Order: sequence, then C-alpha cells, then structure tokens
Amino acid sequence: MNDLINNWLPLAIFVALALVIAGVLLIAPFLVAFKAPDGEKLSAYECGFNAFDDARMKFDIRFYLVSLLFIIFDLEVAFLFPWAVAFHRIGAAGFWSMIAFLAVLTIGFVYEWKKGALEWD
Amino acid sequence: MTPAVVFFYIFASVLCLAAFMVITARNPVHSVMFLILAFVASSGLFLLIGAEFLAMLLVVVYVGAVAVLFLFVVMMLDVDFAELKQGFLQYLPIGALIGGLVVIELVLVVGGFIATPSGGGHVQTPTPAAASNVMALGEVLYTRYFYLFQAAGFVLLTAMVGAIVLTLHHKPGVKRQNIAAQNARTRAGAIDIVKVPSGRGLEAAE
Repeated sequence: MNDLINNWLPLAIFVALALVIAGVLLIAPFLVAFKAPDGEKLSAYECGFNAFDDARMKFDIRFYLVSLLFIIFDLEVAFLFPWAVAFHRIGAAGFWSMIAFLAVLTIGFVYEWKKGALEWD
Repeated sequence: MTPAVVFFYIFASVLCLAAFMVITARNPVHSVMFLILAFVASSGLFLLIGAEFLAMLLVVVYVGAVAVLFLFVVMMLDVDFAELKQGFLQYLPIGALIGGLVVIELVLVVGGFIATPSGGGHVQTPTPAAASNVMALGEVLYTRYFYLFQAAGFVLLTAMVGAIVLTLHHKPGVKRQNIAAQNARTRAGAIDIVKVPSGRGLEAAE
C-alpha cells in the first residue's frame, strides 16, 4: 500500500496543483475585475438584429463518424500496450494472435479508405 | 486513516456526486461534462485497487474518445427541453422496469459475492504476484484468451463498417484533390502550344 502512494504521489500533487490553478483563475476575476453590468451589454447581439434562433445548432453527422472511427483505432492501440510489454513472454503464438487481430482491423481500414470515409466531403 | 483510504473517500464521493449530476443537470452538455468527471474519479478508484492499466485505459479511451463521441451526439440532437419533459410520464414505466432489472442484477452480484467471496475465483485467472498489471494482462490475453481477443477484433470491425454504412453519405459532384493524378501530369500532357492564324481565331488553327 505504501508502494502505491510512493508511485502515484507525483500525479496526486500534479492534479492538486492543476485544480488550485484552475480554481484561482476562476475566482480571481470575481475579486479583481472591473464590473459595470448593464442589460444591453448582456443581451444577445447579432449584427444589429435580434438572434434568429438558439445558439445551440445541430452538428453534421460526419463529426460522429470521425469520432467513432477514432475510438476504434484508439481501442486497437489500447490492445497493443499489454502485447508490447509481454512480448518476450508470449512467444510466436502471441505474435501471430496480434497479427490476426490487426489483419481483421486492416480489412476495416481498407474498406473505410476505399469508401472515402476519411475524406470530408 | 491511511492515505489510500483518504483518496478512496475523495474519489468515491466525487464519483457519486458526478453521477448524480449527470442525471439531474438540465443542460445535456453539462451532463456529459459531469460524466467525464465520473470517468476520471472511477479511474482513480481503479488505481487504488491496483488495476493501473484499466485506470489509464479509462482515461485514454473513455475520457479521450467516448466522452467526445457523447458530446457530438448531444450536439447533434435538436435539444428541445419542453419536448424532453413531455415524454417523461410516457416513458416512466419502461424506465422503471429497466431500472428495476438493473437493481435486481446488482443485488444478485453483490449477494453472490457476500455469500461466497471466493466464488468467482475458479473462472478468473489469478494475478501473478511478481508481475506488473500490464504484464499480467498481456501474458494471458493474446494466448489463453485467443478466441475472445479475436472476437473483440471482429466486434471492432463490425462497429467500423456499421458506422460507415449508417452515416456516410457523399454529396454528389464534389471535386476532390487527386495527388497521384496531379503528380503524374507532365508538361506535354498539360500544355498545348497552338499557332493561331491572325483574324480567324482558335477554331481555324485546330
């Protein structure tokens, strides 16, 4: 248990420091910034006319596709980490097991490339 | 209290609070942000039980990719809060049914664990004492669990093909850059020098 703390103490300090800095940057403007609130300043302004609709607009479905393809290759890389660490112990069987896995995903990659899913338009 | 216990209570309380905010926040984008906080807190809990690889994976895959996907999904929906509230009573029975099933499953899992704490031992691979977390995983995942590992590959392939089939639609008539065709162009194929007779135009010269 002591080992755990020793290993991860730098990370805990780092996260705590990040929280402190973010908190200070969030709170400092309330204390030091010049404030003169006005209804007109806070209202929506869009080139002189009132806003047509909500600021939240619908995204294109292609963003979803890009992000989903990213997740798949992200997971593929996640499988590579333990494989690389244990590479010397798992021998030829482990090596070819990973090659088969990569081959299956390469089929998908070729399909994706040929369909033009990596092109924007 | 040891430092590990202190950190456990910090992570656990942040996780519970964030999970509660996910379902109560009015703005769906805020819900996703609290979901990210919940992922980070549970990754801290994974660290505390010694599953370092799973903890890092939770940050890399869930915070780095899945949360972004959720954010896109939320942005893609046309979020109309009045409409969201309307369907609440209509979907309440089926929601309560699913929630009840989850509660029953949780009770069964926890009850089984309390009844026989070593019950799951015979299906698990015991963690070797002297190996690191990632090493222990790597030793069994690719050889002993070969079929499950390949099945994971096929699941990923299906997800990839499915996403492309469902969402990919090209606009017709879009001109794309073809770098190979650009590089293969020679001067002879690209330029044509024509002697144009005076006063009679280009058509007479061809």
